Amino acid sequence: MLTLVSHSFLQGYWWVIISLLGALLVFLMFVQGGQSMIFSISRDEMHKTMVVNALGHKWEFTFTTLVTFGGAFFASFPLFYATSFGGAYWLWIAILFSFTIQAIAYEYRSKPANVLGKKTFDVFLLVNGIFGPFLIGTAVATFFTGSQFSLDHMNHVRWANNWHGLEALTDARNLALGLAVLFLVRSNGCMYIINSVKDEDLAAKAGRKLMVNAVVFLVFFLFFLVSVLLSEGYAVDGDGKVTLEKYKYFQNFVQMPLVLVLFLAGVIGVLSGIIMTVFRRSRRGIWYSGPGTILAVFSLFLIAGFSGTAFYPSSFDPGSSLTIRNASSSRFTLQTMMYVSFIIPFVFWYIWYAWKSISRKKISEEELSEEPHLY
Amino acid sequence: MIETADLSLVDWSRAQFALTAMYHWIFVPLTLGLSFIVAMMETVYYRTGKEEWKRMTRFWMTLFGINFAIGVATGIILEFEFGTNWSNYSWFVGDIFGAPLAIEGILAFFLESTFVAVMFFGWNKVSRKFHLVSTWLVAIGASLSALWILVANAWMQNPVGMTFNPETARNEMTDFLAVLTNPVAIDTFLHTVTSGFLLASVFVLGISAWFLLKGREEWMAGKSILIAGIFGLASSLIVALTGDISARTLAHVQPLKFAAFEAHYSGKDNAGLVAAGILKDSGQLTGDKAKKDFAVKVEIPGFLSVMTGGNRHVYVPGIEDLVYGNPDKGIMPVAEKMERGRYARDILMDYKRARKSNNAGEAEVLRGMFSDKNFIDDYFRYFGYAFLDKPEDVIPNVSVAFYTFHLMVMLGFFFILLCALALFFHYRGSLQKQKWLLWMMMISVPLAYIASQSGWVLKEMGRQPWIIQDLMPVGTAVSNINSGPVIVTFVLFAILFTVLLIAEVSIMTKQIKTGPKN
Repeated sequence: MLTLVSHSFLQGYWWVIISLLGALLVFLMFVQGGQSMIFSISRDEMHKTMVVNALGHKWEFTFTTLVTFGGAFFASFPLFYATSFGGAYWLWIAILFSFTIQAIAYEYRSKPANVLGKKTFDVFLLVNGIFGPFLIGTAVATFFTGSQFSLDHMNHVRWANNWHGLEALTDARNLALGLAVLFLVRSNGCMYIINSVKDEDLAAKAGRKLMVNAVVFLVFFLFFLVSVLLSEGYAVDGDGKVTLEKYKYFQNFVQMPLVLVLFLAGVIGVLSGIIMTVFRRSRRGIWYSGPGTILAVFSLFLIAGFSGTAFYPSSFDPGSSLTIRNASSSRFTLQTMMYVSFIIPFVFWYIWYAWKSISRKKISEEELSEEPHLY
Repeated sequence: MIETADLSLVDWSRAQFALTAMYHWIFVPLTLGLSFIVAMMETVYYRTGKEEWKRMTRFWMTLFGINFAIGVATGIILEFEFGTNWSNYSWFVGDIFGAPLAIEGILAFFLESTFVAVMFFGWNKVSRKFHLVSTWLVAIGASLSALWILVANAWMQNPVGMTFNPETARNEMTDFLAVLTNPVAIDTFLHTVTSGFLLASVFVLGISAWFLLKGREEWMAGKSILIAGIFGLASSLIVALTGDISARTLAHVQPLKFAAFEAHYSGKDNAGLVAAGILKDSGQLTGDKAKKDFAVKVEIPGFLSVMTGGNRHVYVPGIEDLVYGNPDKGIMPVAEKMERGRYARDILMDYKRARKSNNAGEAEVLRGMFSDKNFIDDYFRYFGYAFLDKPEDVIPNVSVAFYTFHLMVMLGFFFILLCALALFFHYRGSLQKQKWLLWMMMISVPLAYIASQSGWVLKEMGRQPWIIQDLMPVGTAVSNINSGPVIVTFVLFAILFTVLLIAEVSIMTKQIKTGPKN
């Protein structure tokens, strides 16, 4: 029966998977959010150890989700991989660099004879915590604002400037989304710390930080959202011709009301998490803000790619814009990978099970003193 | 058309990828093998409940963790570099190459990263049984991730299971099973993974020998030697067997690499295998490339023919036969392959022109040629040759291929002996008295890394100039950027990797000197 599935369906199916992975990645970057505050949130070294270990139990999930997001994008939309990674070279290298220094920082920071000293590894965590989410947010914003590239008849990319991706930092909307993601993950990081660490001082400080970060997040997010909804978007017709269309992304929400509902539910989830943490001193805010983040980001990806929209538009040569039709893998490859994707719910299940198993006890001074493996 | 980029860009892109891959491969083989050794130790702890086994497991697990982190860090760079530095390649083969990468992420990476957290942080939080299962799942996950990336790599060495789509100008997968069961993939996976097991075993033997020489942790060192010795001996035998099988496969799918690693220039029956030797310039040229000769060699008569085809009478073509052709043996000259490749490229260009000028009839006919078996077998299979300047471009660096191959093989046999001796003296109960062997075990640790790196240098440099055998030379695969950014990132990564390696070795050394904790 599955052999009857059309190429068009599979392209949509894989855009949904990519959107889901992207959404999960943004949620899981609460790890980066927490890292960006390790110096400012900690009263003393014990506080910092608690924060780092609470985050450190989860960093590999975030990292693996990033790797899988990259791999799945390569496999399902290889033209995006070739165009964006090969063209916006500096942007992706900067993202890569920030994650590379994170991967060793947890394991090495408190080990004796680590050569660079604990503080250097903590700075690595800080750098990844700030620049990882900010640059990823900026890169994702170009899905809406466009990049400066063209493709030749062999689908080889030529970048129209020598900044190779850094020019994305000159667009206020890109910066706004980058900063919105940064302050969102910082907010989620605060809520995660409140939820997973048993320390009243730390919880109080995280609560105060949450209030500030949430306000800043809302300012940047609203700026990005309003400017994108009111600006022109890259529409694709049935023949693959790309044209600029006023209020395109707003129209997409109107044409896909279910996505709008998901988006609003996501926003409400994030706001609920923040409000219940700040005003009701609840420790469970992350359980609302987390799914809210996933829903909101998921629906933003959906409006970027569906409803006749170029998901990676070229502002230099709109005809070269990438759509889920022209950038995807072949039907056979997408279908083969679809079979593999059926295992994803099982993967979610075991991650959940393992996650719960090692998170039964909250991180505390007492718990850390009994822990044989410390970051 | 696929353009050939400037040499500086190609060379720096190659250097950057080689740098990342070689650093990555310092850490991965130890992860592959040590994860299983740790799982075996924990299994004994689970069955006996004896604390000393737990203590030992945790000691080796700590070393695993230090190594694992840096393996992860370098691994993500490789994945990104396919796009950042090899964007033309990413498009040309992404339909096939990307799938194993995605499957690797979904099936293997999550398994590994999820249960590694349980393995490290679960000692006091989950049951002993769940912890043991987690440790085994980490080991299985590590090998599974190796499987998928090696399937992708094997496809580059021997592209199968695909067809070329002129419309999208890329190769598209048509048979996933063929990609998965590619003989090169099976050989490479078994050989690579077991070589990782062997390296980890030699690592454990070396560290344990140090403890014995110091008169410390003798019980732990003895048990570690027993487990690593058995695991290493079994692995080393499989490495030798799969190496032999790989060579046979190679003789058919990459005959030039095969000829290069034996510096075998003139084809013959009853060809001898050079077991060891030193190369020198012969003073002659193959085209514009210096031809190598042997200053000294130890040869096993007829064995290269036996290795290739099972008996002495098998003809083994030499480098010059493969470059200039040998009509008697049905070997086509590279010049002819270049002609055929150019014809296939011209057909593709004609198709693109017909499409652009909306000449639907001509486009249809030309497109049909890419589905025609005769055109594929006679012309398109040589597509990559269209971009070569001269026939001799297909000759890889013979000296690099020869020395890396022989170093790897000699060390491989040495490790069989090392593991066997370690087990023999352990069984006799006199290992601690054999200072010479304990020293040899310690010295063998860097040798295992040299052997492991040699294997990959041979595999990747031996297939030059191809990034995809016969279909795409490396010069056409790079991203359209200037060499400047690549030089800058090469230097940045070189500094970062080196600093991290120094930190890793320093931490490892400290942990080893500290020994297992109570």
